Amino acid sequence: MTQGWFDEDAGPVVRPYAMTRGRTRVAGGERLDLIALVTALIGGGQELPPDATLPGGQGLAPEHGEILYRCRRVSESVAELATGLDLPVGVVRVLISDLLEAGLVRVSHPIPAAQLPDENILREVIDGLRAL
Amino acid sequence: MVSGPSDIATAAPDPLALKILVAGGFGVGKTTLVGSVSEIRSLQTEERLTEAGRPVDDTTGVAAKRTTTVAMDFGRITISDALVLYLFGTPGQERFWFLWDELAQGAIGAVVLADTRRLADSFAAIDFFESRGLPFAVGVNCFEGADRYPPEAVRAALDLDPDIPVVLCDARVRSSAREALVAVVEHALRRSAAARSAMT
Repeated sequence: MTQGWFDEDAGPVVRPYAMTRGRTRVAGGERLDLIALVTALIGGGQELPPDATLPGGQGLAPEHGEILYRCRRVSESVAELATGLDLPVGVVRVLISDLLEAGLVRVSHPIPAAQLPDENILREVIDGLRAL
Repeated sequence: MVSGPSDIATAAPDPLALKILVAGGFGVGKTTLVGSVSEIRSLQTEERLTEAGRPVDDTTGVAAKRTTTVAMDFGRITISDALVLYLFGTPGQERFWFLWDELAQGAIGAVVLADTRRLADSFAAIDFFESRGLPFAVGVNCFEGADRYPPEAVRAALDLDPDIPVVLCDARVRSSAREALVAVVEHALRRSAAARSAMT
């Protein structure tokens, strides 16, 4: 007999891509790397600008606010934000690019794949790991 | 309210993000290793795939299957204000291998975890990193109850090049997991130095 699904078992109430209004890709922009770091361009103690809107005129979704809140003191990577918000990476990429377009965050990209990190940086990583 | 300068995340320059992959067969200790060195609770990130016709996603017998959810272990080590190291446990199942390509891009290197009771499970990961020229070290996870073998025996059994580091480790122990990561970065550093001297 099928018991049916109740509460959390039924899955999220809102399907993930509804938050992005069906958008699965970032308009025009390149795909954000999993370790691209996002920094909110609002002060640490500051609340969200209440009248902040996205370039399309839409207001911010709660998930946009959560991204800003998480990145206000320490930069977080795309992968961290996806785990923190418990959303698929694809959804988070769209939300971040909304914020980027609205000028509410800054994104720093990792070193291009073709370019290996500098030897001094590798030494710094070794020292840092040893100090753990 | 006016916030002080220390309050504003934008005051400092953006840190640089680097990554190391943790690969190996199913149940070899990838999640444990990431968890024992990460400063954030080892969370799992999901990539939901919607592109149809991924050649490696064998959906035979799964009628109209459109999406697949993949969980990856993921950890963070803040080295300094200017440097953040991320760890990604690669998904083990072969059908998710196209994800490895994205993960491997720009990585410093990889730890391939091996279990001496089933060394063959680590062949696929070793082949992958060898073929892409990504520096890797083999971490032999010493499970309780498994026979211990010297690193040289493991090296011979895996047919590894002499320069590939092989370290015995216990993925549950922070200092031991850390040494496996150090071995990868040192190997990457030696390779980089060798490449530089070959050019001059």
